[in-house]
Amino acid sequence: MDILLQQIINGLTTGSVYAVVALGYTMVYGVIQLINFAHGEVVMIGAMVAFTIITALAGTAMPPTFIVLAGVLAAIPVCMGIGYSLERIAYRPLRHAPRLAPLITAIGMSIILQHIALLIWGRNPLAFPQIIDNPSFNIGGAAISGVQIAIIMLSLLMMGGLSWFVYRTRFGIAIRATAENVHVAGLMGINADRVIAATFVIGAGLGAVAGVMFGTYYGIAHYTMGFTLGLKAFSAAVLGGIGNLPGAMVGGILLGLVEALGSGYIGDLTNLCHWPGATSWMGERCANGADFVVFGSNYQDVFAFLMLILVLVFRPSGLLGERVSERA
Amino acid sequence: MMNPLKTLSRREKLGLLLIAGTLLVLPFMLATVGTAWVRITNFAVLFVLLSLGLNIVVGFAGLLDLGYIAFFAVGAYVYGLLASPHFGIHLPFWVILPIGAAVAGLAGAILGAPTLRLRGDYLAIVTLGFGEIVRIFMNNLSNPINLTNGPKGINRIDHFQIGNVNFAGTDTFFGLNFSGPIKYYYFLLVVLMAVIIINRRLKHSRIGRAWVAIREDEVAAKAAGINTRNIKLLAFSMGATFGGVAGGMFAAIQGFVSPESFILNESIMVLAMVVLGGMGNIWGVIAGAVLLSFMPEVLRYTVEPVQHALFGKMLIDPEVLRMLIFGFALVLTMRFRPAGLWPEALHRREMTENRT
Repeated sequence: MDILLQQIINGLTTGSVYAVVALGYTMVYGVIQLINFAHGEVVMIGAMVAFTIITALAGTAMPPTFIVLAGVLAAIPVCMGIGYSLERIAYRPLRHAPRLAPLITAIGMSIILQHIALLIWGRNPLAFPQIIDNPSFNIGGAAISGVQIAIIMLSLLMMGGLSWFVYRTRFGIAIRATAENVHVAGLMGINADRVIAATFVIGAGLGAVAGVMFGTYYGIAHYTMGFTLGLKAFSAAVLGGIGNLPGAMVGGILLGLVEALGSGYIGDLTNLCHWPGATSWMGERCANGADFVVFGSNYQDVFAFLMLILVLVFRPSGLLGERVSERA
Repeated sequence: MMNPLKTLSRREKLGLLLIAGTLLVLPFMLATVGTAWVRITNFAVLFVLLSLGLNIVVGFAGLLDLGYIAFFAVGAYVYGLLASPHFGIHLPFWVILPIGAAVAGLAGAILGAPTLRLRGDYLAIVTLGFGEIVRIFMNNLSNPINLTNGPKGINRIDHFQIGNVNFAGTDTFFGLNFSGPIKYYYFLLVVLMAVIIINRRLKHSRIGRAWVAIREDEVAAKAAGINTRNIKLLAFSMGATFGGVAGGMFAAIQGFVSPESFILNESIMVLAMVVLGGMGNIWGVIAGAVLLSFMPEVLRYTVEPVQHALFGKMLIDPEVLRMLIFGFALVLTMRFRPAGLWPEALHRREMTENRT
């Protein structure tokens, strides 16, 4: 019971980070139908910038909350700037090119960002300085830490804020209109270039916060962290139906849960010594309570990819996405 | 196409003869500089083979595959497992290479089957995930039964052996000393020739035209009576087969394999070679692969001294610089020469015209 609850809490934490990153993918995809392949690197740079600021301020007498806030506030404009440049350099000039072309420029930008980060911060991971004491609370036999609560709350807040922005403001209407049809939106007086750039910038801003949350949760930030995180968040966006905001949120949290529960239980499930009937032909390998685990929790990263493949095979439009005709 | 040589002009024949002559004496010229350069050349040829394989998938059939290195890995591991003390199996290479090719081809079909309906960027992401899954499995399949030896990889892999000639040591033929890398070089050259001929024949065959038709317009291709499912699977499988063969030779030349050699960056590198050279054009792809495999080595020998001379210390690691140049090359090529440096005539039109 407590293991189940614990994994659910852990899954909700990582899942809400995935959801926030997934929003960045899905917003851009919704508007221009292209994958912003470099989004994961933007998230990584957000974490690195914030960690640098936090480490620099850690020695001062400032209150810890203020230090973390300063780190986040420094990361957001940096990432927004990168998001904007990405759109200008890698996407806008190629908007009418075949769709393979912007994907390749995005891969190029992602390599460039990753190696610039490597040049600035080096190969060693940055550690989150011990400035906040992380209280642990007990709920029904499982532990939830202050950082986990903060991550879940902040993610919900950002998702709520974005939903309000997209569904309740004038600019949000412009974004949705552009996603519906760029040309008609243009006829209605919407500046499509501005809307597209805005989705990149908003996505990057959300990504910056997500990067800090992810880094804080695991205690480290590394120049390669953006790749796996980005891929998982993209899987989450596809899972929920890419281009669909609530879909990205649901997909992210679901992916986090699947991953946490999967890696929590796969060891037990594939332990042949626990299988009734298997013990006879396993023989002495199971003697004295020994284990024979076929797949351990080190296969954690496989779940996201498997899930992505399964979704695309059986329901390519995702859980909440409407079936759209495929573009050639 | 009875005799392709007959269709060439005199000048082209002369050029071809010149290239052939250079390729034949190249390892001995390089060996005078250092055997390291022969090894570098061998790896360059391996990358040419890989790019030609990926070119079938990306260039001919237009299916963007970001996990191509997985097939290289499969070939390398098949060779490593069947010719090393790890399992105590020591099969000769001419048995293993076909096995590796077949296993890789099967892996290609397994990847292809669920992704048949996907296109463009979705396909790219799924193939990328597939590549990562293969790598994660290789990294972790050391427990509870030690299949792959985990992150440590497989060591002491057998060298090629033809009759009494072992590719590990030096032999003397016709009064010339053939060191191990030089023997591998000639072997690779023979394989390369075969692969180029197969690629050229494929391209102008019924299958090759079907691939191009799918790349240009899948719906129209289907309407024209092409079995798009089988033809796409064939592209994946064929590309994977070449990757598997290259992987087997890589394992033998390097003597060990570990999951570290098969990270995503390698897939991207091979893709960069194909894209930069000119998707679909065999000669362009070869040029791209040669260019990008020699570039880091040349950089290694120039960047360090130049930086030392200018700043007195190393500012940018050549490896990092190489990746940065790759990144910029990808971005700039797509912006200014979207069809690559040496594009296929048809592709050039397709990549430069506007999408409607």
